[in-house]
Amino acid sequence: MAVEYIYPDYEIVRDYDRCIVCRVCERQCANEAHEYLKDSNKMTADNAKCVNCHRCVSLCPTRALKIVKSDHTFKENANWSNKSIKELYKQAGSGGVLLSSMGNPENYPVYFDKILINASQVTNPSIDPLREPMETRVFLGAKPDRIERDEKGRLKKNLPPQLKLSMPIMFSAMSYGSISYNAHESLARAAAELGILYNTGEGGLHEDLYKYGKHTIVQVASGRFGVHTTYLNSGAAIEIKMGQGAKPGIGGHLPGAKIVGDISKTRMIPEGTDAISPAPHHDIYSIEDLRQLVYSLKEATGYTKPVIVKIAAVHNVSAIASGIARSGADIIAIDGFRGGTGAAPTRIRDHVGIPIELALAGVDKRLRDEGVRNNVSLVVGGSIRSSADVVKAIALGADCVYIGTAALLALGCHLCRSCQTGKCNWGIATQREDLVKRLNPNIGYKRLVNLMTAWQHEIKEMMGGMGINSIEALKGNRLMLRGVGLNEKELEILGIKHAGE
Amino acid sequence: MREGSFRNVSGCAISGIISKSGRRFSGQLIIDSISVMHERSNGLGGGFTGYGIYPEYKDYYAFHIFYDNRTAKKECEEFLEEHFDIINLSKIPTRKVPEIKDEPLIWRYFVTPLPTKLNDSQLDEREFVVKCVFRINTSIDGAYIFSSGKNMGVFKAVGFPEDVGKFYRLEEYEGYCFTAHGRYPTNTPGWWGGAHPFALLDYSVVHNGEISSYDANRRAIEMYGYKCTLLTDTEVITYIIDYLNRRVGLTLKEVCSVIAAPFWSTIETKPQKEREELEYLRNVFDSQLITGPFSIIVGFEGGLMALNDRLKLRSMVVGEKDDMVYVASEEAAIRVIQKDLDKVWSPKGGEGVIVTVEEGKI
Amino acid sequence: MKRVYVNEKWCLGCHLCEYYCAFASTNEKDMARALKDIKISPRIRIEEKDGISFAVSCRHCCEPLCVKGCITGAMTRKDGVITIDRDKCIGCYTCILSCPYGAVSPSEDGAIQKCELCIKTHGGTPKCVEGCPNGAIVFEERGE
Repeated sequence: MAVEYIYPDYEIVRDYDRCIVCRVCERQCANEAHEYLKDSNKMTADNAKCVNCHRCVSLCPTRALKIVKSDHTFKENANWSNKSIKELYKQAGSGGVLLSSMGNPENYPVYFDKILINASQVTNPSIDPLREPMETRVFLGAKPDRIERDEKGRLKKNLPPQLKLSMPIMFSAMSYGSISYNAHESLARAAAELGILYNTGEGGLHEDLYKYGKHTIVQVASGRFGVHTTYLNSGAAIEIKMGQGAKPGIGGHLPGAKIVGDISKTRMIPEGTDAISPAPHHDIYSIEDLRQLVYSLKEATGYTKPVIVKIAAVHNVSAIASGIARSGADIIAIDGFRGGTGAAPTRIRDHVGIPIELALAGVDKRLRDEGVRNNVSLVVGGSIRSSADVVKAIALGADCVYIGTAALLALGCHLCRSCQTGKCNWGIATQREDLVKRLNPNIGYKRLVNLMTAWQHEIKEMMGGMGINSIEALKGNRLMLRGVGLNEKELEILGIKHAGE
Repeated sequence: MREGSFRNVSGCAISGIISKSGRRFSGQLIIDSISVMHERSNGLGGGFTGYGIYPEYKDYYAFHIFYDNRTAKKECEEFLEEHFDIINLSKIPTRKVPEIKDEPLIWRYFVTPLPTKLNDSQLDEREFVVKCVFRINTSIDGAYIFSSGKNMGVFKAVGFPEDVGKFYRLEEYEGYCFTAHGRYPTNTPGWWGGAHPFALLDYSVVHNGEISSYDANRRAIEMYGYKCTLLTDTEVITYIIDYLNRRVGLTLKEVCSVIAAPFWSTIETKPQKEREELEYLRNVFDSQLITGPFSIIVGFEGGLMALNDRLKLRSMVVGEKDDMVYVASEEAAIRVIQKDLDKVWSPKGGEGVIVTVEEGKI
Repeated sequence: MKRVYVNEKWCLGCHLCEYYCAFASTNEKDMARALKDIKISPRIRIEEKDGISFAVSCRHCCEPLCVKGCITGAMTRKDGVITIDRDKCIGCYTCILSCPYGAVSPSEDGAIQKCELCIKTHGGTPKCVEGCPNGAIVFEERGE
């Protein structure tokens, strides 16, 4: 290009004293940022191609590489940041909508980081998780509003179908197509080993993964990709995707170039066609239409599986949730504005939606005020980054959390946010065979199991510290939380007191 | 500061006595029992419940009410007249005791719901009474009903329990069951209504402990129309028991399996039918599980239930002699009133001891 | 006996096994110092074509042709491992020609070299197995 508007954001720095010219950086970079110079027997790099995914850095056997933020600057400007200017240049050059991947990285408040957890002392002893049972088992599903007894007077099991989880965490929806088969296999195997569930996302379920059906939530999204009766009956639950935290109000788009082979087969669309998920479901234009779909799915599966409705956290999420709680759905999943995505328009991802902490507090309160909290279980996501976030979410009122980005990080993702290019060097957000190979499910699933085991242990420690030995006693227990650095309105919405009170 | 604007955490002493044959005995017995545990209280709250104490009025609800001033009394009585037939009303007889100060007006009414009002409400009688009690306690300033059952009554104040007993002339009452509570709160309550026992209809609870699941329990029970105005553990425990036993229809044994549910590892060892039942109860009533140390004595018409949290983090001893059953935080509190016991033991955590009076005896 | 096995399904052709192998046979503690400006001649080598890659190293055969062909007895089979006595090796290269896997190669000082499962260096898990980033190389007993 004659005029180069976009200077690379990141620079590859190589310590030539440590570089042994093994060429692994060159071999492993799908963006071809590294090059071997034969004549001088040296490695060199082109910063413009680097996406800062750290593949080369992680594999370099002598730690000779690092990626630094370029110190090439514009004049300081508190209003026009470097980012705003560069994005504008890109649009002036391409005329297109800016696309981004993964969750909202902008500087909005992270409420989880302003909430603190309690511990018991003196008047109420804390419980030692190494010596006493510490229970993290949860059940998700609608609870009956009255008991029934049989002729002998014993309680009848008048429960609609429930999901039983060993801990209040599930893997969030990430479609086959946006992530690779190996990533799906890792998630499925980890979910099976841990006793939790993973979610197929809107790309359907690959036939080789049907065997993990008992640990699978099958998703029905607006494009209805891969939805047929066997699919619906193969999972443990069905999730209707009404919205996604990263892109509320709009649909999804997987370019035709990625619709090949097994992706095309699993989604039930011809190879090369763009997979467009429309913005609304075109058969759901109101809450009563949603109720109709919920019951259609239940009829198709003989009322044996709970139905989840997933919505994005928007301004009137409490009212929407209240409607869903009366629609026959068993579980409501709310995705906050920090939720991840394979690709979404940048402006929608960064400026639409509300934080999950506030959405959760509002929905939980509203459902209780209306007396319908027991009609549904609440699952929240977007973004849960640690076991502390899990504890805080449950104390605010959630039954369970969904993790997406955290699971991908365990699989090797470095949050370079270049998924939309399809050249994920870690084998996660790509369909290129040579790249997908890089994620070995034997290694991947073990890392997920490790992560969840570690989190479960930490949750038990925090529970024990609070004097709680069963997770259900933490649900909605807002007195266990205190805010710090929050204003009155925020405290009021979250329903918690300020630290010191 | 009133109870209800802050959460008051306390350690305490509890005691309970019941006659299985329905034989009525003097309230002095329970006073003697609780006074032995003087060190467990700090004088900031004490109280008693007696069952079978109003045999002449046993078909009527006995409302015990605190009034801060005459205006509150007038307003409350107006409400009562609109909703109930007042059979008898009087001040609760007391004697002056130097340790008991700042007493409010304490009145007692024997009432029954007005038939027309009851019909119009389309509620059953007990639900009607509960709704009226909540109305008075939340909307009539300065009036507080602290006892609302038939043929039973709560007597409580700010002071050591033995002084409270003296103040209310408890020795003049005779009943088949009495429970008592002495309080050791870590905040200073000034208000009598916040003392224990807590009662709703004929359920009364005395409680030693601090529950960590408090807010989870409160927010769940408030969804069913209960108003937790005192912010005390005892209040929420009483509401949970009322909800599970009266409204949902669980037996007291099933109630124990909800509020002090066994661990999953224990449930897994049970035979299949029992396992399914316990799993059902834990799943459906997950928000009514009470965690944290507690030792409670629940009184109800015709019986008594004693229960410890499933980790048994508070003491509780049960003693039996002939037709009498004694429960207390310490064995000394039992021995002082009944030296020889046929049986004395500490119940296991999570296992409720339910004692009922023989059929037809009351 | 445990052997090194490679699964081409997971081999990325990154060549890291070669460098870890070369590093293992030096006495250095730091790989940068050990291999800087050195042309490595590892005992495990990547063979790649048409998008398939595979690391080749000595199979420690039960009926080793290299041992059969060794004229000085430098190549012997000990506890299942085919080992080299470098003092006896005269560099005739018969073993290099006999090995059907191409697992034997010449070293700088004339004697031959090949994978000896790291038993002469640090023992334990061979370095190529430890260094493979994708679990393509494993060290296990397969009863063969």
